[in-house]
Amino acid sequence: MSATTEAPATPEKDRDARGMLKEIVESQTLVVILAIVASLILGSVLIVIASAEVREAAVYFFSRPGDTFAAIGDAVVGAYQAMFQGAVFNSNGNSFAAQIKPFTQTLTVATPLIFAGLGLGIGFRAGLFNIGAQGQIVIGATLGGFIGWTWELPAGLHLLVAVIGCVVGGALWGFIPGILKARTGAHEVITTIMLNYIALNLVAFLLTKDAFQRPGSDNPQSPLIHETAEYPLILGEQFPLHLGFLIALAAAAGVWWLMERSTLGFQFRAVGANPSAARTAGMSVAKAYILVMTLAGALAGLAGSAQILGTEKSLTTDVAASFGFDAITVALLGRSRPVGTVMAAILFGGLRASGPALQVQAGLPVDIVLVIQSLIVLFIAAPPLVRFLFRLPTPTNVKEVAA
Amino acid sequence: MKNIIRVGALTAVSALVLAACASAPEEEPAASSSATAGGETPVETVDYRPCMVSDAGGFDDKSFNQAGYEGLVSISEELGLEYNTVESQDGNEYGPNIDALVADGCDLIVTVGFLLGDATAAAAAANPDTNFAMIDNAFDEPVDNVKPILFSTNEAAFLAGYAAAATTATGTVATFGGINIPPVTVFMDGFYRGVNYFNETTGGDVTVLGWDGTDGSFTGDFEDATKGQNLTQGFIDQGADIILPVAGPVGLGAAAAAQAAGDTWIIGVDSDWTLTAPEYSDIILTSIMKNMGPAVHDVVNEAAVGAGFSAEAYFGTLENEGVGLGTTASVVSEDVLAELETITAGIIDGSIATS
Repeated sequence: MSATTEAPATPEKDRDARGMLKEIVESQTLVVILAIVASLILGSVLIVIASAEVREAAVYFFSRPGDTFAAIGDAVVGAYQAMFQGAVFNSNGNSFAAQIKPFTQTLTVATPLIFAGLGLGIGFRAGLFNIGAQGQIVIGATLGGFIGWTWELPAGLHLLVAVIGCVVGGALWGFIPGILKARTGAHEVITTIMLNYIALNLVAFLLTKDAFQRPGSDNPQSPLIHETAEYPLILGEQFPLHLGFLIALAAAAGVWWLMERSTLGFQFRAVGANPSAARTAGMSVAKAYILVMTLAGALAGLAGSAQILGTEKSLTTDVAASFGFDAITVALLGRSRPVGTVMAAILFGGLRASGPALQVQAGLPVDIVLVIQSLIVLFIAAPPLVRFLFRLPTPTNVKEVAA
Repeated sequence: MKNIIRVGALTAVSALVLAACASAPEEEPAASSSATAGGETPVETVDYRPCMVSDAGGFDDKSFNQAGYEGLVSISEELGLEYNTVESQDGNEYGPNIDALVADGCDLIVTVGFLLGDATAAAAAANPDTNFAMIDNAFDEPVDNVKPILFSTNEAAFLAGYAAAATTATGTVATFGGINIPPVTVFMDGFYRGVNYFNETTGGDVTVLGWDGTDGSFTGDFEDATKGQNLTQGFIDQGADIILPVAGPVGLGAAAAAQAAGDTWIIGVDSDWTLTAPEYSDIILTSIMKNMGPAVHDVVNEAAVGAGFSAEAYFGTLENEGVGLGTTASVVSEDVLAELETITAGIIDGSIATS
């Protein structure tokens, strides 16, 4: 950061959006971890409230309080146990493969989040609050998917072309807000949100056309992509983990190199720290905006490829689920750094992957998972709150290795 | 670190307070209302585990997920079956949710909606010992362990169209859908044909807004009730006094607009809206029922204690009461009701075409 030499940052100063973004991005690892702890504690309160057993026992709380406490304990332990078994290691599995399958599922769900989170992280560090990953994923998946189910190409080449299709689709959808920002100054928050709507409704429209429907059916659901265009499963048939995950890790390494070691990355960071200073120093701010948004779009397009070529294999309006928005959280949680983003994506993947187990084993509504995720974001976005809750000292110098 | 203790204590206390408030007044420890999803069941008489996965609408959609869910609950309580259910948050969870139920030891897994078709096919191939039933979807090639559950909704919609045409005071009725997909347009088309049948047989001149036999008005989703309200207001402004919204919860927006306008009727879909939306019961002309609850009930019953599971498709028609009209308002005259009986017989014996 070019601004690291400034006086100790106090929470009161620099309350504009850029300052807030910076503060979130630079919050300490400890704060992140404590935010997760705090949200799990609050989450258990909700689990207790949602638990029918606790409610039943609480009816006669004053005559036999022990039952209520036992029910509370069972509900919380049961829920977090189900969460662990659904996301990491299922001790009930009858073979080693069945036991570790949940973790491969977590990594699979994390894959699109890593891609999209990396793209958004670049934007955040360049001072662009890109909300458009959802639309970029959708357009990427549409283009890549179309190549996947229409074209007939040999194995390997087909996958490559389809992935490139996803990248191009996403990059195009990122380029538009980039050039609008650079040339006209249109705020990227507004343009990306609008482009999300355009993407979603465009796909809904395309899915009413015969070329995007299965033969003999009028349902808004595309044909399955050909097997030659699918990401191969890297751990064999019984695990869902596909090649996209390895590409995501490679992308994380690439983004790290770009942002920390290359001139271009330095320019991005300089523009993010202070666009006026960057311009004075002879950098092209417009070029940086366009490149950052296009790159973010390309990475989101890869997230789309993880969906359409990896897990879903067929285009519907729901192909992006909520990954484009979850990725914003992932990038913030990972403090916009590649390693942090990967870790945060795996955490989120785990939370999502545990949804079925939470419902089936613990009988909890899936909304609880969403609430816990949202609580994490809430705490991350308010570092002073976490510091207050856990009585942490206000940081005097949050200097990153960076710059 | 005092604060950690303080926070922990506060959390625990608030949990207790909230929990105790929830049902403090009652004192009987034998609170036996165990109608909780997947919870303990009173007596276990049959060892069969039916399960269900919703689509992204969830089991509280006042529409087909809910109807199917109620069928599952009713048969499970009847036979004392221990059932389990999962709600899907979005389209990415269909596969994992079905897998979780397979791992849970379900004997029959009911998947609700055509969007779950691919996931059901994959799970059925991977788990040949588990049986599946799919609502509103069928494969080109029948699969041994998958039973499609389908409905001829156009037959009931035809009746509703006739009833609407015979009842309208303005000579204009309207319909709109959520998304332009066959399970939706089949209602609109049946309704349209029912109105035309009325015009042909009685020499009436009733106009249908929102569907012309091939295309029509759609709100674009199944969630935004405001859009349904606006569209309905538009139809009312054009003189329509009976409106058929085929859009799940969006239809409630239509009902709100109709109630505000006065002298306007709504036709419910999927379930009997005088029961599922009682706040609007005085403006429900009738409901086009797709009896998914009874269908699920019958399919589970047959598989658990009847002849056993068969992959043969279940078709809900007027004949087997898989589809039909719900509670009909008194504004529909006796003569019209009698005529509906005749038409029903005509549809069943094939002399009246509904599609």
